[in-house]
Amino acid sequence: MIKKTVADVSTALKGVEDGMTIMLGGFGLCGIPENAISELVRLGVKDLTCISNNAGVDDFGLGLLLQKRQINKMISSYVGENEEFERQMLSGELEVELTPQGTLAEKCRAAQAGFPAFYTPAGYGTEVSMGKETREFNGKMYVLEEAFKADFSLVKAWKGDEAGNLIFKGTARNFNPSMCGAAKITVAEVEELVPAGELDPNEIHIPGIFVSRIFQGKDYEKRIEQRTVRKRN
Amino acid sequence: MLDKNGIAKRIAKEVKDGYYVNLGIGIPTLVANFVRDDISVEFQSENGVLGMGPFPFEGEEDADIINAGKQTITTLPGASFFDSALSFGMIRGQHVDLTILGAMEVAENGDIANWKIPGKMVKGMGGAMDLVASAENIIVAMMHTNRAGESKLLKRCTLPLTGVQCVKKIVTNLAVLEVTPEGFKLLERAPGVSVEDIKQATEGSLIVEGNIPEMQL
Repeated sequence: MIKKTVADVSTALKGVEDGMTIMLGGFGLCGIPENAISELVRLGVKDLTCISNNAGVDDFGLGLLLQKRQINKMISSYVGENEEFERQMLSGELEVELTPQGTLAEKCRAAQAGFPAFYTPAGYGTEVSMGKETREFNGKMYVLEEAFKADFSLVKAWKGDEAGNLIFKGTARNFNPSMCGAAKITVAEVEELVPAGELDPNEIHIPGIFVSRIFQGKDYEKRIEQRTVRKRN
Repeated sequence: MLDKNGIAKRIAKEVKDGYYVNLGIGIPTLVANFVRDDISVEFQSENGVLGMGPFPFEGEEDADIINAGKQTITTLPGASFFDSALSFGMIRGQHVDLTILGAMEVAENGDIANWKIPGKMVKGMGGAMDLVASAENIIVAMMHTNRAGESKLLKRCTLPLTGVQCVKKIVTNLAVLEVTPEGFKLLERAPGVSVEDIKQATEGSLIVEGNIPEMQL
């Protein structure tokens, strides 16, 4: 067994430097690597390019990095929940590359799976396809999109073992699996870290080969953005 | 004239037995409340769930189970979770039967704009561009006019496009319309709305053939 465990978040993020490109899992605030984000804030690294479907809210998630002006460029599909983000973007302080959500996911998966690029119909005929190669297949137009290139991938899983195998929970899975192994170094934080052998190999979502370092996360807030409920009876 | 629930109620009639359906944020989300309970339908949310159920009971919310609108939800028997790449594989691969989404503008050739107002509002396209580029069957749910009273059914979209020539049907507070090569074909009027009212509120070419029936809700 090849052991991937590291003692804590600061060991896990060793090597993160100013100017790096970092992928972060999560959809909204669901399934975000809370511990790794806090550590990026503590480290104070600057001029980051962040690849993440959303940009957090003003005081949580990636919003914490935006507040400290640590991000130079965001690559996201939807950023509607963050006023500070919108302000920095409209004023030109923050460079933003908006990417269709399925394309964003596939650009991660392509990087993970060794594809340099792929054709997708998403964005054809819109400003997203401007300057990109387009091609017709079977009478339909497609846009050539390239795989992401990133230095670190920071993901969050529900359970993981010493070998780096991961299991996700519910819709907290989202972008996390496709980001594993999609950067030079993949750091996974988990709610429950167990010895190798305790997780059923049949149940593993992401094999440890895609994970460089794994650590036991702590103090998960798991903030809910829209608490919607119904009354009993 | 219909309210938002009325629009959702009318669209629910387009949902057929055996359909996998993706509902966008806003009015489309309400459609789930009006689907007949004697048919089998599964709702897909692009953040990674198929078989979405109603909101949880108070105290049973789970931060790890949300829909694309970031609302807490539940799942129904037969549900499944999956990652974003697989989710958009479902969408791009045309395994989802019906997509219902909102729009700021629709053009008479089926172009749609719903993600950006330059210099004012830039929230992003989310999954909308993937959905409209891939889905075979797209229904737009929206008000017929904007807050300033201007038509949202146009000859050409003025806002940045989300997708080209993709909208098939539109249900508004005033009418049900089909996108045809000749323009918007009026299919039904909302209760209490005249053909003349719809003409007034539609900037794009409107095709009116014969008697236009009132919607049955």
